[in-house]
Amino acid sequence: MLEDSLEDRRREQRLVTVRAIVAAGFVLLGLGLILIRLAHLQVEMHEHFSVLSQDNRVKIQPVPPTRGLIYDAKGLLLAENHPSFSLELTIEKIDDLEATIAELAKLIPITEKDRARFARLKRQRMRFQAVPIRLNLTAAEVARFAVDGYRFPGVDVHAELIRTYPKAALTAHVLGYVGRINERELASIDKGNYAGTNFIGKGGVEKAHEDLLHGRVGYQQVEVNARGRILRTLESTPPEPGQDLYLYLDVAVQQAATEALGDRRGAVVAIDPRNGGVLALVSQPSFDPNLFVEGISQTDYDALLYSPDKPLYNRAVRGQYPPGSTVKPFIALGGLATGTINSRKGIYCPGYFSLPGQSHRFRCWRRGGHGTVNMRQAIVQSCDVYFYSLANQMGIEKLHDFMATFGFGARTGVDISGELPGLLPSREWKERVRKQPWYPGETLIVGIGQGSFLATPIQLAAATAAAANRGHFIQPRLGYASRVPGAPTAHKLPMVSRTLDVGNASYWDTIVEDMAQVVEGARGTAKRIRSKDYRIAGKTGTAQVFSVGQKETYNAATTPERMRDHALFVAFAPVEDPRIAVAVIVENGGHGGSTAAPVARRVIDAHLGGAQLSQDGEDPHGN
Amino acid sequence: MATSPFWTHLDWEVRPAEPGWLRRIHIDVPLLLGLLVLCGFGLVMLYSAGDQDIATVKRQLVRLGIAFGFMLAIAQVPPASLRRWSLGIYGAGVLMLIAVLVIGEIGKGAQRWLDLGVVRFQPSELLKLAVPMTVAWLLSRRPLPPSLLSILLAMTLTLIPVVLIAKQPDLGTSLLVASAGILVLFIAGLSWRMIIGLAAAAAALAPLLWMGMHDYQRARVMTFLNPESDPLGTGYHIIQSQIAIGSGGISGKGWLNGTQSHLEFLPERHTDFIFAVIGEELGFTGIVALLGLYLFIIVRGLMIAARAESNYDRLLAGGLTLVFFVYLFVNTGMVTGLLPVVGVPLPLISYGGTSMVTLMAGFGILMAIETHRRKK
Repeated sequence: MLEDSLEDRRREQRLVTVRAIVAAGFVLLGLGLILIRLAHLQVEMHEHFSVLSQDNRVKIQPVPPTRGLIYDAKGLLLAENHPSFSLELTIEKIDDLEATIAELAKLIPITEKDRARFARLKRQRMRFQAVPIRLNLTAAEVARFAVDGYRFPGVDVHAELIRTYPKAALTAHVLGYVGRINERELASIDKGNYAGTNFIGKGGVEKAHEDLLHGRVGYQQVEVNARGRILRTLESTPPEPGQDLYLYLDVAVQQAATEALGDRRGAVVAIDPRNGGVLALVSQPSFDPNLFVEGISQTDYDALLYSPDKPLYNRAVRGQYPPGSTVKPFIALGGLATGTINSRKGIYCPGYFSLPGQSHRFRCWRRGGHGTVNMRQAIVQSCDVYFYSLANQMGIEKLHDFMATFGFGARTGVDISGELPGLLPSREWKERVRKQPWYPGETLIVGIGQGSFLATPIQLAAATAAAANRGHFIQPRLGYASRVPGAPTAHKLPMVSRTLDVGNASYWDTIVEDMAQVVEGARGTAKRIRSKDYRIAGKTGTAQVFSVGQKETYNAATTPERMRDHALFVAFAPVEDPRIAVAVIVENGGHGGSTAAPVARRVIDAHLGGAQLSQDGEDPHGN
Repeated sequence: MATSPFWTHLDWEVRPAEPGWLRRIHIDVPLLLGLLVLCGFGLVMLYSAGDQDIATVKRQLVRLGIAFGFMLAIAQVPPASLRRWSLGIYGAGVLMLIAVLVIGEIGKGAQRWLDLGVVRFQPSELLKLAVPMTVAWLLSRRPLPPSLLSILLAMTLTLIPVVLIAKQPDLGTSLLVASAGILVLFIAGLSWRMIIGLAAAAAALAPLLWMGMHDYQRARVMTFLNPESDPLGTGYHIIQSQIAIGSGGISGKGWLNGTQSHLEFLPERHTDFIFAVIGEELGFTGIVALLGLYLFIIVRGLMIAARAESNYDRLLAGGLTLVFFVYLFVNTGMVTGLLPVVGVPLPLISYGGTSMVTLMAGFGILMAIETHRRKK
């Protein structure tokens, strides 16, 4: 019995011992499993996880460059960067967006307008890009958020430099404006260089000189914690700031041109013929570019977009108007250059012109006719019949080719984005675009700058400057020089020019004197703007907005305002040593001589009058 | 006779217990040394994982002191007394669990604590000891291996608290309590056929368990199966802890130099995920050393079980030692991505007090079993 019990106890003990050993086996097996797993993670996959751990820790952050400033010819600041604080939300980091905004609104006032803008910007954003909900925080609001901000993960106060245009509407069509980069622009830019940059030039000089003004992005390698807080900077490459841009534009001349146009719709372009520098470029009406920088509200935008006066439309480089009689001096020069005519030859003007064997009468603006006129008389009195006849003799090919050398029908290449080419009609163009043959009558219409002939004010100003220069055609430009901030010297921007060959240099003097007589002559169409101080050369023009029928008479008084003729005028001065060339268009202004010419005179006075006050300050750049 | 395995020839009772003063105050020296080294190592790592906050280490040191005191106190209790109290402790524990559930029902939401006025107390911790004690008591009343009736009774005694704890809900603890009961059964010689049968039954019950789970528990299982599916939610823990361990390599980034932990990419780094910090900073070498230390403690526990005096002592010592291993395995498996994320701390190293006191009480029992043996 005792033996049995002892035997039982020994058996039980052996059983437990065996189980303990088996358990130890399982323990070893389990630990082995863990070790195999660890060897896999720490030895085999070590490289992989090292990279992941490094990626976790080190973030490369772009450091955006500061945008270059823009100055006018006298050193006046036209575009600057103003520090501004905004409240930004990173939507991916926020669990409940609505609740967060509601809670924020208790701290910092958020208007319906802010919400609307936020909703709009939210749709356009990139992933993990912060979207502003409030702009221009006051110092008190920034301080309030600094205290309570910890309660709002994913919400940050963002300090940035906001582009401002101190001259606002005065320079809007010249400078354009910057705005937040949209998705379309994102596709076309170097994303690396724009990492961290929110704004991009949207028009005008801001867009044309985008590369120069933007600069190059810098980078910094930072160590961040899991919440993205930067702990220290490991390495950094500073950004190259955008270059400051100096323009030929003279705010005083710009101001004078704007005031001269007044409430009328139209455009003025003034160029220094010696260097192609644009002294003034006005398109009226204008708008406040500052509204666009932070994203314009839909109501404000609609008001601008749907205004019948089209304030957003840059008439100076995008307005394509029939140049009318302003092209007559160029066509006369073409007649001389091609040997079609000599300046002394007289042509009889009975008040109309008919092609041989046709009854259609191409009318002269003066119903009674000018009698027999030579080239000077034809230009001074703007006789249409003389130019019908000349154009007919030249033929459309020669006419087109010669006018093309003055830059008509092609973009001038001025450094303002969005320029349109106008239209210099030709036989080839008509067959290609309109699929119609060229009619001889059309040549006549082109000869007086009407019909399908379209030119922009900048083209007219550039061509006039070339005439003033006696054939030295310089591509018009706004940018004079650029300077790396802090650098001692500025870098001059290149000038592009060509020389027009008319066969005999004396032809230029002929044409220049003809144009001078338009202002100086007793019968000149612009004699009212004659100046005591200097001789002005010019040419009036009238562009038809709609065609007057064969039997009808155009009567300004009975025609609705928007159907009235556009008034044009091109001029340069002083005749002997031209320092300014101007093109003016006043929409529905009627006659060039009475409406557009006085505008040009004021612009010329603003430039030259100022020049006469100080002896050598006439050219702001000293060349 | 010649065919019996080698260990049947080993006579475990021949070796007498070494006399000595430590032994007289019921301390098992190898076990104590192992635990001290492990806890010291834990404190050093906690300093790094707890953002080098010396106050955290001090608080942990105080807890360790209390837990060691507890261990020494329990070591003085003769195992025979523990055996007598087993069922009583178990009954009290189950009643407290019910009380917690009822209070939780009223207070709405998860409830694990019982406020006894002086101390706040987690009854589920008590059950981690009470379940193996009771099962050992039950099985030691009859000759081993246990009969079917004994097995069924043991299972019932285990399942009652497991279900109650799972309802709190505390999946990690209920799993540990369940394993405590089952491991005692295993040590008691549960036949292999039964073991396979139980495993099959568990597999069959898995869908039922799934249905009974809370959403966050299901999410953890789903994330375990595919951590990348939710890299910002529950998968974040697993991904970041694997990055931490993997980037440690063979030699580690050095103590205090773990970027994953110090830059806060690793969540719960000083509690459940401290193993990842060790892996990152000390590398594979450090981990092997740590696991070696654990293995030493476990082997010592199993030795105590094997040469214990009574069946109750053997079953309880074996069960407690194996539960300790389950702790270790579940935690390291979870941190290395072998097992789903279950809230089980790394035993004796993770920051926190409750489980530490229970674990040390368990080691106290082991010491009692070893040192109260009648000398031969």
